[in-house]
Amino acid sequence: MAVSYTKYLRMYHMPHMWCPGCGIGIIVKAIIRAFDALDWSTDDLAFVSGIGCTSRAPGYLDMNTLHTTHGRALSFATGIKFARPDKHVVVISGDGDATAIGGNHLIHACRRNIDITLVIVNNNIYGMTGGQYSPTTPVGARAATSPWGNIDIPFNVSELVKGAGATYVARGHVGSGVQLERLIRGGLTHKGFSVIEVLSNCHTQYGRRNRIPDAIDLIEHISKSTVSVRQAEKMSPEELKDKYAVGLLHQDTERTEYCDDYNKVIEHAQLER
Amino acid sequence: MQKILTGNQSAAWGAMCARAQVVSAYPITPQTTIIEELADIVAKGLLDAQFIKVESEHSAMAGCIGAQAAGARTFTATSAQGLALMHEMLHWAALARLPVVMANVNRAMAPGWSIWTDQNDSLAQRDTGWLQYYCESNQEVLDTVIQGYKVAEIVNLPVMLVLDAFFLSHTYEAVDIPGQERTSEYLPPYKPSIYLDVDDPHAFGGIVPQDIYMEFRYKMQVAMNEALEAAEQADRDFKTMFGRGYGLIEPYRLEGADYVLATSGTVTSTARSVIDDLRDKGHSIGLLKMKLLRPFPVELVRGVLAGRKRVAVLDRDICVGMGGIWTQEIRNALYHLPEDQRPSVYGYIVGLGGRDVKPETIEKIALDVQKRPIEEGEQVWIGLKE
Repeated sequence: MAVSYTKYLRMYHMPHMWCPGCGIGIIVKAIIRAFDALDWSTDDLAFVSGIGCTSRAPGYLDMNTLHTTHGRALSFATGIKFARPDKHVVVISGDGDATAIGGNHLIHACRRNIDITLVIVNNNIYGMTGGQYSPTTPVGARAATSPWGNIDIPFNVSELVKGAGATYVARGHVGSGVQLERLIRGGLTHKGFSVIEVLSNCHTQYGRRNRIPDAIDLIEHISKSTVSVRQAEKMSPEELKDKYAVGLLHQDTERTEYCDDYNKVIEHAQLER
Repeated sequence: MQKILTGNQSAAWGAMCARAQVVSAYPITPQTTIIEELADIVAKGLLDAQFIKVESEHSAMAGCIGAQAAGARTFTATSAQGLALMHEMLHWAALARLPVVMANVNRAMAPGWSIWTDQNDSLAQRDTGWLQYYCESNQEVLDTVIQGYKVAEIVNLPVMLVLDAFFLSHTYEAVDIPGQERTSEYLPPYKPSIYLDVDDPHAFGGIVPQDIYMEFRYKMQVAMNEALEAAEQADRDFKTMFGRGYGLIEPYRLEGADYVLATSGTVTSTARSVIDDLRDKGHSIGLLKMKLLRPFPVELVRGVLAGRKRVAVLDRDICVGMGGIWTQEIRNALYHLPEDQRPSVYGYIVGLGGRDVKPETIEKIALDVQKRPIEEGEQVWIGLKE
């Protein structure tokens, strides 16, 4: 059955502020389809963001939404989850928001394994402020603050969060909305901290400066840089250079979840009394 | 050399002329084009500096502090939420007595999210020990960066210069760029007496026990007092050399005026034309532009306002629970005037979150202050919707 997107959107906020062709639209649609497939009531959903183009998404979604400060969405979301562990808490964030100014909160949310789903829209640039290089801008790429090419080594976001302790790590891309919805749905139903990194296109700020100014061309460029997890397993490190494995990269269902652990402490403390 | 520049570009070219050696910054609207311009200036080799785009504003100021402690002249720029995130580091730069210079583009604080101008972001940092200059034009922004370094390095305190979001940051005007050579005649290279020097090691940032902490703070106060004189001198010298001076405050058409409007930032330009009109119509009203917030030029303000009937202070800010911040500052400065010399001070709240302050808005205030009873003048909100 076709998904009624308008059911999940605040249509009075349309048209949205994203550039025509922006990958965030594909990602938000995938998130809506995942919600719809799970048949979750929007009343049971809290959707939280920080700052950046991506962070405008909660303004458009008709559920419990909180648009917070730059980099701190996970801190606010942790508070929400702790106050209402019975609700589903979803955070959407960009590469600058999640891995630069919010990098510390990111690794600690991973470490705690709190049951929050984080979608990171990785478009390799700060879009909203005008195209400054971010922690995921490739070496050599041009940005407003690196007009002669970036020299900073980028983060591999999925590896970073896996290393920090996230128990569900997946990577998708805007060239494959169907797979993306499946990966997001997997994150939403996973009990623990889930991260879905989405390789996305900012043709306006990144593409224009790096000779791929067209949205479709940039999405195709991103698609071509991906290989499936299964293919990647058979490839040598040389073959995998400049390639991104997409699919479910890591899942650990053994580790206990943070709110549950905390409730056990409460139970234990009350027994002692 | 003259160029057509935005307010933000003017700040960047000011840092270029002053030969900033380290620029450490993080993007935020509407500041970002300052650091973009600087990234370009550095990359093109017009400024021999290290440019680093760090991971937050907190780190941006920490980077400046580190570089300055190592003996380098530093520059950064920010706005609103970024400035608020820097708060801890603002105290640090001032208490460590490091003459960092920073441009802050005035933007309203969230929530609700706004990218438009008001002064609550910088005024909330009033007590961090920074000098604060408020600018009215792009030329003034560039000149104040240069003057800022001059004063900062004399008194060893950091300087923040402030410009309005969009009204200055993103509008163009012809700006004279003095260039590095002429600027360095005015502003010699930064040579701190104490810095992190491998040949003469020092330890900074240690614990200061109760018996000496107060003295460190007192020395800052003494330095702030000296900053007033240093700022006046720096402005006079600047005028001699470059033909442009601004004063710490600027009286405009105040001769014989019973009533005075006090403004800061770009509202001042609009107010000038309103005052011209009202003067032509026979009103006894003039204008006082406030440029320096810290150190507050108490004597100058007192001297200019003594004997006037009423002062209307336009605050594009609100200290919730007390009223306009400039109103409090100005009223405080006038308190010790003899009663027959002391004007009544009216507080007008205008233009929060970037709402336009039009000539009609200012004229309304200029007429209102002449007839409103003082007991109703503590905090008047202008243009408030029902």
